[in-house]
Amino acid sequence: MLKVLKPGFYTTIQDAGRFGHRDIGVPVSGVMDNRALAIANGLLENEEEAAVLEITMTGPTLEFEHNTYIALSGAIMNPTLNNTPIINNKVYRVGAKDILSYGRLDKGLRSYLAIKGGFQTKKVLGSRSYFQAITAVTSVTDHTEIPYLPWPSFEPKITEIHIDPYFDETVLEVAKGPEYEMLLDRQLEKIFGNEFKVAKDYNRMAYQLMETVAEHNTNMLTSATLPGTIQLTPSGKLIILMKDGQTTGGYPRILQLTDYAIALLSQKKMGDTISLKLI
Amino acid sequence: MRKFSPVIRSFGMHAVLLEWPNEVDEDILNDILQFCQYLKQFCLKEEGWEMIPSYNSLTLVQKNREIDFQAFSHDLLNWYPLKEETAPAQKFLWRLPVCYDLDFGIDLIEVAENLSLSIPKLVDLHTKNIYTVYGIGFLPGFMYLGGLPKSLETPRKATPRLKVLKGSVGLAGRQTGIYPQESPGGWNIIGSCTVPIFDIKRENPCFVNVGDKIQFYAISRAEYDLHKIESEVGIYKLEKINLDA
Repeated sequence: MLKVLKPGFYTTIQDAGRFGHRDIGVPVSGVMDNRALAIANGLLENEEEAAVLEITMTGPTLEFEHNTYIALSGAIMNPTLNNTPIINNKVYRVGAKDILSYGRLDKGLRSYLAIKGGFQTKKVLGSRSYFQAITAVTSVTDHTEIPYLPWPSFEPKITEIHIDPYFDETVLEVAKGPEYEMLLDRQLEKIFGNEFKVAKDYNRMAYQLMETVAEHNTNMLTSATLPGTIQLTPSGKLIILMKDGQTTGGYPRILQLTDYAIALLSQKKMGDTISLKLI
Repeated sequence: MRKFSPVIRSFGMHAVLLEWPNEVDEDILNDILQFCQYLKQFCLKEEGWEMIPSYNSLTLVQKNREIDFQAFSHDLLNWYPLKEETAPAQKFLWRLPVCYDLDFGIDLIEVAENLSLSIPKLVDLHTKNIYTVYGIGFLPGFMYLGGLPKSLETPRKATPRLKVLKGSVGLAGRQTGIYPQESPGGWNIIGSCTVPIFDIKRENPCFVNVGDKIQFYAISRAEYDLHKIESEVGIYKLEKINLDA
């Protein structure tokens, strides 16, 4: 078991997502930053979809019970293992009573803790990702115990990788969405000619942007939405749906983020600047 | 031959959208569901496909790889006329108990006044009608129901409530529906349904499918309390009628 001594601001279990149930309104969920998931699970030679902890804003304090191996990725939160600083994107061996804790958030927003073999909480509808009304809990609390497999020895093929930091990238690549054609020239100019700032409402369901584009009164019937769908509200606001976003919506879906752009955006917080680029 | 053909639109790297005319029309919905069935049975057997029908659209998502839009649209348009060979999916009429007691129907008095109806007449109209499930979304198990009589159309509340209880039955615009879990919401609440539409403890968490029919029937406060207990221990019975039988 991994014992949660302090939960941090918002810490959840996530894997690659819960697929195949959108027709009954169940969102995909899963890690916000797929790139970080791939790196951390890759270093540990886990299956791609092995469950990790997604750590938002401020990190938890965690105590290990058995020997195993871990890798951290994503946001830089000054982690320490038994008070010794450790770094992201590197494999560490941990043992009984070892304490992992986090310091100040330096870059990004969401950090990931992967463990050899993945966390072993119960799968619900094919996934371990926390989501309201699906999993018993929606975030870890103090005294939560998270099961994992003891892993006495492991010789990683690669122990550490250096990746280009992507936290300062601000350009999000987008494809045209189903209602792209409704956009007028002056709206297009605003969308692609300006920078936007992340508004105060930004979470696993959606990111809202501060600047408005131009009002519209296009009516459509409720239809499917996806993680990364950019909706244009009648008042001209842009809402970017994320992994826990609702599966259907009634606002025009003007653009669609690429998978990489979703990962980039998931490391942004209120006031951060982004711009959109059509591919 | 069908009246309508879909327009195919690109929806990012992993999805395409098929769109029929912008109308709430049961013929369109049936057309979509039959094509969905055909695709499932014959065309999209590869892992990773998901199909989301809703009103006048069908979204196809492939999580494992990118879709070649040109080639795939071409395939879809070729397959579309062939779908007639598939038997449509089974459809059911679900009869759901609703208690229209004022304790649950917290907007009942106001709505009845606005619509110039007595409360019994409003309940009568709401329960007499059979509704079609045009989509499921917004929350797990939230049904978009079509077929509300004009006499029950009422604007949504000017200020949404921060908390609407699970099971609340609401009216808003041309829609009626049930909140499958506690959530914020702006619908006018007229009653409470004891049967959970979405229950993760069931093997099939959501018994309703798009294309099914819903009819409400009024129950007393005493019946509500009994159903509530039955539902908590998971022994409520569902009234289901096979529409194809």
